[in-house]
Amino acid sequence: MLNRTADNVARATPEPLAKKIRGISDKGLAWLFISPTILLLLAINIFPLFWAIYLSFTNYRANRPNEVVKNLGFANYQRILGDQDIWIAMQTTAHFVFWTILLQTVIGFTLAWLIDRKFRGHAFWTTIILVPMMLSPAVVGNFWRFLYEPQIGLFSYVISFVTGIPPTNVQMLSNVELAPWSIIIVDTWMWTPYVMLICLAGLRSIPEYIYEAAEVDRASNWRQFWSITLPMALPFIMLAVLFRGIENFKMFDMVNLLTGGGPGSTTEVASITLKRQAFESWRTGYSSAFAIILFVAVFGLANIYVKALNKVKQR
Amino acid sequence: MSLTTAHSVVAPSANSKRIAGVIIVAYALISIVPLLWIFATSFKTPPDSIAYPPKIVFQPSIEGYCNLFTTRTRQTPEYINSLGPATGFCDETVRKRNMVIAGPSNFLPRFVNSLIIAFGSTFCAVFLGTLSAYGFSRFKVPLADDLLFFILSTRFMPPIAVAIPIYLMYRELGLSDTALGMILLYTAVNVSLAVWLLKGFIDEIPREYEEAAMIDGYTRLQAFWRTVLPQATTGIAATAIFCLIFAWNEYAFAALLTSGTAQTAPPFIPTIIGEGGQDWPAVAAGTTIFLVPILVFTILLRKQLLRGITFGAVRK
Repeated sequence: MLNRTADNVARATPEPLAKKIRGISDKGLAWLFISPTILLLLAINIFPLFWAIYLSFTNYRANRPNEVVKNLGFANYQRILGDQDIWIAMQTTAHFVFWTILLQTVIGFTLAWLIDRKFRGHAFWTTIILVPMMLSPAVVGNFWRFLYEPQIGLFSYVISFVTGIPPTNVQMLSNVELAPWSIIIVDTWMWTPYVMLICLAGLRSIPEYIYEAAEVDRASNWRQFWSITLPMALPFIMLAVLFRGIENFKMFDMVNLLTGGGPGSTTEVASITLKRQAFESWRTGYSSAFAIILFVAVFGLANIYVKALNKVKQR
Repeated sequence: MSLTTAHSVVAPSANSKRIAGVIIVAYALISIVPLLWIFATSFKTPPDSIAYPPKIVFQPSIEGYCNLFTTRTRQTPEYINSLGPATGFCDETVRKRNMVIAGPSNFLPRFVNSLIIAFGSTFCAVFLGTLSAYGFSRFKVPLADDLLFFILSTRFMPPIAVAIPIYLMYRELGLSDTALGMILLYTAVNVSLAVWLLKGFIDEIPREYEEAAMIDGYTRLQAFWRTVLPQATTGIAATAIFCLIFAWNEYAFAALLTSGTAQTAPPFIPTIIGEGGQDWPAVAAGTTIFLVPILVFTILLRKQLLRGITFGAVRK
């Protein structure tokens, strides 16, 4: 209605006057509004990215800025792909990403499915459950070091109390077998609410009438769950998995504070390797090449995944 | 059995609700134990904090908070006795451990840095984000989808990978370890979230409002200022809080790019040590003070949380 009025007025007003009324042209305004953001991103994200690409072909070391920089061609990339430590770091990352996502999806979906029952007080308890994911992974992760302390740590105490293992033997962070699980536990504790919240939105998006129709057809509850609830919530579950997958692939802060990659290199995920190479060994060129490879990997995986996601959505 | 009653024509049975409620409440209680433990530890004395078995009942003390805000030196009892009367609770507590307060700790300046950097970058990101979001929402921008994807894709980069060239660039520009450098960096990270979230909020404001205003003689800019902005305040506020939380919580860039004057609280808190290792009550005290603002914001934001964490992809 109003639209039509606007059109009529636009037609009734002579061209130059119309321009005067609007001040700057729409096109000009659009660019005026968008360009500062684009410029900032070019300066802080894209320019450094190209710099990193350039460095990845050199032997540059940031702690020796005056040394002559040699062009190495693809040597850094070749060395990374043949580097045993890098492959171990990638396996550690894959292990971490796989288990955190599996646990968070299963627990998160189950919680969402239970909350969807709308028992009394569900809104309050949902908010309580959401709290851990808003907190700083670094600051809270640091405190988990205390909870994991053998004997005096609350977590270790509870574990030894429940299992009967002597309290000094529950060494979550210094035991080679347990350390990878100690970071998986903290990550799952923190981010299960994230998956839960997205799954809850998925469950609430399923229209009631589909269940009513299923009920009329006398479909069992089990059947309803597998052929209505799960498939219809699937795009949401996949979205949660996508976000968590990217985030955990990049995981740095929590692991750095909890284990620092140790003991040895048992929890050395890709970002920790990158930090050790770039800021401890100062192999800037080499680590830039690794950074580029990681970036391409995340970008590629995310793209493939988004395509799959769109396919699921269309069904 | 009753648990499998997904949806049905009738609402979930009372029994299934009860079981669901019990499980959810149990999960919620267990999952906040670590947070309650942080809070409790901050009021323990150092010996209480490392007692075995862990103490649930204890005599509360603010020694942790005293230690958080001060640095102390060990002195002989004779020296301490020769001093005048203690000038406050902290002074008294510290003296009991044969120490005297040497001066303020770095916690307060680090906390102030966190405030300056978080608020500064949030303001910039929301300002730029609002303008761009309006641009993308209302005008035909060539390659709009590609630009929006470009803006989002800057989030895919691992922070350490970005930090390497930023570190070099800031060294050249003299921005290393400055609040300005951190504000610029956090603005760049947050602006992608701001654009995506705000575009969603502005898309929901009917264009008719601006068009009506323009018919009344407002220019496009005036219409944006007088009609769109007031309508978008909720969205802008929610976006600002999300940016604030990100900048407040951020650790990787802060740890790698700041070391002294511009260091924020997250890289500082883990370095709080007392005699013989980490001073856990002081760490817990710092963590508590650091987390309280986030708790308040989470409660304020709970209706918008879903939108914020999915970059506006999922709305209710």
